[in-house]
Parts: sequence; C-alpha cells; structure tokens
Amino acid sequence: MNATLQLFLIISSALFSIGLLATLSRRHAIFILIGIELMLAAANLNFIVFWRFGSQQQQPTGVMVAIFSIAIAAAEAAVGLALVIAIYRHYRTTNVDKFDSLKG
Amino acid sequence: MNSVAFLAIAIITLSGALAAATLPKLIHAALSLVIVFVGVAAYFFLLGAEFVGLVQIFVYIGAVAVLIVFTILLTRRDSVNDRGVNWGGVIVALAVFGGLLWIILNTTSLALPAPQTEPLTVKQIGESLMTNYVWPLQCVGLVLTVALIGALILVMEEKRER
Amino acid sequence: MPDWVTTMASILLNISALLGVFLTIFALISVLERKILGRMQNRYGPNRVGPFGLFQPVADGIKMLIKEDVVPARADKVVHFLAPILVAATAILTLGVIPYGRNMTPFAIDGGILFFFAVGSTTELAVFMAGWGSNNKFSMLGAMRAIAQMVSYELPLILTTLPVVMVVGALSPDAIVSAQGGYWFGILPHWFVTTPWGAAAFILFFVSGLVESNRTPFDVPEGESEIVAGHMTEYSGFKYATFFLAEYFGMFAISGLAVTLFLGGWHAPIAVLEFIPSYVWFFLKLSALLFVYIWVRGTLPRTRVDQIMNFAWKFMLPMAFTCIIAAAVWHYQGRGLAGWLWSLAVIAIIYQTLSRLLETKKKFAPRTYRFAE
Repeated sequence: MNATLQLFLIISSALFSIGLLATLSRRHAIFILIGIELMLAAANLNFIVFWRFGSQQQQPTGVMVAIFSIAIAAAEAAVGLALVIAIYRHYRTTNVDKFDSLKG
Repeated sequence: MNSVAFLAIAIITLSGALAAATLPKLIHAALSLVIVFVGVAAYFFLLGAEFVGLVQIFVYIGAVAVLIVFTILLTRRDSVNDRGVNWGGVIVALAVFGGLLWIILNTTSLALPAPQTEPLTVKQIGESLMTNYVWPLQCVGLVLTVALIGALILVMEEKRER
Repeated sequence: MPDWVTTMASILLNISALLGVFLTIFALISVLERKILGRMQNRYGPNRVGPFGLFQPVADGIKMLIKEDVVPARADKVVHFLAPILVAATAILTLGVIPYGRNMTPFAIDGGILFFFAVGSTTELAVFMAGWGSNNKFSMLGAMRAIAQMVSYELPLILTTLPVVMVVGALSPDAIVSAQGGYWFGILPHWFVTTPWGAAAFILFFVSGLVESNRTPFDVPEGESEIVAGHMTEYSGFKYATFFLAEYFGMFAISGLAVTLFLGGWHAPIAVLEFIPSYVWFFLKLSALLFVYIWVRGTLPRTRVDQIMNFAWKFMLPMAFTCIIAAAVWHYQGRGLAGWLWSLAVIAIIYQTLSRLLETKKKFAPRTYRFAE
C-alpha cells in the first residue's frame, strides 16, 4: 500500500481539527496560540502535499508558499506571545475569559 | 512512498498534537507541540521537500518553541494549570473533523498515488526565490521587521500614571 | 541481498564508525585537556592511572556509571529524564553532516549546513528541559543564561557561514570543501581563511562556537562559583556524563564545521603533501582547533553575562554583516588581488568605526563596591 493524497489529507485535517479543539476549548492564552500553530502546521502540510501530488514538481510553487507561510507564522508567534506578555502585565492573568473590558 | 514511515509519523504527529491540545500542564503541551513540528518536518522529508522540512525545524523548534517556553516562564504565576474546558469548542472541532473526513472520503478523485519525480534541489529553490519570488521575499522581510519592532514595543514597560 | 538490508547495514556502519571515532576522541580530549591545563598552570595534571595517566577516562567512566542516579522528588520526571537524551542526540546528529575525508560524509544531503543549524538549535530546548525539569532555582537560572547566550550568538554563527555559502553557491558541506581545493603557486591553499572576509568570519565563527558550546570565557551558564553547575545541577551519574559528552560532541561538531567552512576541510595545506590521506588532514585540523579551545580555557577569565550580551549584539552582529558585504566586494572585484585588498579595506574601515563607537570612556581604576562595603 502506498500513501495516497487522501491519506495525507486525512492526517492534515485531523491535525487542523486538533488545533481547532485547542483553540476553542482551552482558556489559557498560550494554549490558544499553540492551537493556532497546530492549524498552521496542518495548512503547511497541505501546501506541500498538494505540490507533491500535483503535476508540476519542477515549479516549486507549493514549496515557496510553505516557506513564506512558515516565515509569517514565526512573525505571528512573536507578536502573539508579545501580546500575551503585555496583557499578563496589565491584568495579571492569562485566562482569556478575563480579558473582557474594552478600556484598560 | 514508504507506507510504514507514513504510518509511524502519523501516529507520532497526531498523538503529539492530541497531547499538546489536552495536557493540563502548559509546559508539557509546549514540548508536545515540538513533537508535532518534528513530525510535520518528517512528512516534508517524506514528500521530497527537504528544504522546507529543515526550515520548519529551524524556525519552529529553534525559534517558536523557545519563544513559547520563554513566555510560559514570564507569565508563570497563574499558568501552572488550565482549569475548565469549553465543551462547545470540542463539539465544534469534532464536527469540523467529521465534515472534512466525509468530504475527503467521498471525493474519489483524491485517491491517487504520488507521481515519480526528480527531487527539488536547494539550488532550484534559491534561484526561484531570487527570480520569480523576489517580491514576496522582500515583503516577508518587511513583515518580519515590522513584527520584530511591534513585538518589542508591545513588551516594553507600560508607563504607570499613578 | 535485498535493498533495504544494504541500506540499513550502511546506516549502522556509518553510525558505529561515527560514534567509535568520536567517543575515542572524547576520551582522549578529556584527559588531554586536564593535562594541558595542568601544564599551563604549572602542575602535572592526571598521571596516576595507566601510562602518563592515559587510562584516566576509563576510571572516570566507571566512576560515573556506578554512581547513584538521584532524581529530585519534586522534579518533572519525564522532562528531567528526556533532557540529557535530547542533548546527546542532537550533538551526535550534527556530527553526521560533516565531510571527514574524500567521499566520507556520513549523511550527505543537499542542505547540510541548514541541517546542522536546524538540529543544533534544538539544543536550546533540551537545555531548557533540563533546567525546568530539575525544579531547582540554580538549574532554571543556568538554563535561562544558556538559552539567552545561545540565541544571541546563533545569529553571528549563522551569518558568518553565509559569506561562504554565498561564494560557493551551495549549502552542502561537500561542495564547500571541494570549492576550497587547489593552490596558488602550488603552495598557498584556496582556503577561505586566506581571504580577509574569510579570516574575519572564521574568528567570529570561532568565538560564537566557544559560546555555543559553553566553553570557558563564556561559561556563565554553568559558572560554578555562582550557580553550582547551571542546568546540570540536579543531574548525577550517567545522566551527568551524558551532558558532559554532549557538550564535547557539540564542541567537535562546531570545530568540524569551522574546518569545513574556512580551513579547507580535508584538503592538504600544500600540494606536495596531498599523498597523506584526506581524513588525516581533517582530524589534524580538528585537533589543532580543539587545542585552541583548551588554550583559551587556560588563558582567559570568565566574562560577565551583560558583557557577553553586549559583545554579541554590538560587535559580533555588525561584524558578521560586514563579512557578508566584504565577501560580495571580493566576488565582484574578480576574486583576485584587487578583491582581496578591497575586502580588507571594507573590514578594516568597519572594524575601526565600530571600535571608535563602542569605546567607553571608562578608564581602569580601583574597583568601587556599592553593596558590599
């Protein structure tokens, strides 16, 4: 048995759903970020999988998109974690349910 | 494509992801996230995208994971345990997974094996980064610089007006 | 024989050769380091076990193995257990991409240099795991210090490899080594260290390598006088030995990469001596670099944390960027004598400006104590 496109898509959709689960069900801000990272990893996997199973491997489009999305994900993580630290300094908590006032 | 390797990586990645999403201790979740990153990088290697796999390990484990554990340390006072689970989120996630699975399994055109091709060399990637994709590259550089400055400004000490 | 059997056999052969050679070098260097340090400090060093004390590592190993393995009661058991394994695994993996001789790269991939740094950056996480898992303030402090300085010096380390990668036009160590073959007038080798940008980058790379392997002038993460043993405080017996081994393996890997990038890899220094096998040259250069590591340890005192950080961000990083510019100048001036002089000029000007700017007006004076009067 060889791994088909379908199997890869099932893996990446499972990864995406687990990320969604972490994002929606946890209350800690860093868990939410971890969930977002999981979903981004699933998306990256999809880019590479569709590139590999497509017909034009010599055009590295999927690889390029994956590289750029990794770079953007790094920027996102840096800003997100900086936000967590800033909010923690202000509210002394990282529970997202407590961040409910529009004015500091 | 090697199905044994595929299955092994799938088990490792998905169990790591489940651990990252459900473990009560934040630091364990962050370390499980690292397992997921390694698993995804292994898939990239399996799919012939070595360069992306290496970049994935470099950026995610060397930078993002270290950032996450540093943030956990800096916000340690109440982050030991995460109490309470929002069950609505679990239901939504399961529904999304069910929907995706149903769609994927019912699309018969997806059951195709990988075509045989030459592996992509680093030189090809570098050349296309510097020719066709040079504008996106510059934009990503700009985004990263802005993110760096933004993150610095965000974590600067707030001025207390009291 | 089926295909996968030969593949597995060659993989196992590679791994066992790598481990055998470097475990031997580790044993040798652990006793030689103490002997050389001893000579530098006007004493003998270990000379009791075996001839000239050469069996000292065996005694050390037996001592380490039969020690009790103590795990703190409040430690995070799993993380505490996994940290030394991860440290050793990454150190051994990074050794795999270095070309030790002609056609002697254990794991030859296209992006070898990237692999080295990608796997090497995992060490930070392992150090963090050791610090966190021990549940000890000294461990945590040591881990924070180690991560801070490793992250800071990873930038100059990677940026100083960039000129080499740019000039060669490949990320694979084999291509980099073969680009350094050949001689000018039959004597001067084409090593990158003979060009101004290469020499500057080599020095910066070496200093960053000292920091990455937590060696003496930069060994604040495990400064014994302040924080016991840093992130290794709560480790004993075999786990401590694993950390020790990983530290030395990391040192070998960084020195091996320095040899590959700047010192011509396995090429002979002059054309006449090319009949000597290539791996001999590689290991000779490696041992010369390791001797410099020990020499530095015997010479320089420990720096402060803020000094290390300032040095990284204010001096190392601008100089690393300068090396890239100088390499570009060298390339566009035709890689000859003109390029040599122009790139030397670029480096000299930036170096002078930087040292003018960074000069503090602080003169040496008797030390004043603010808190311990």
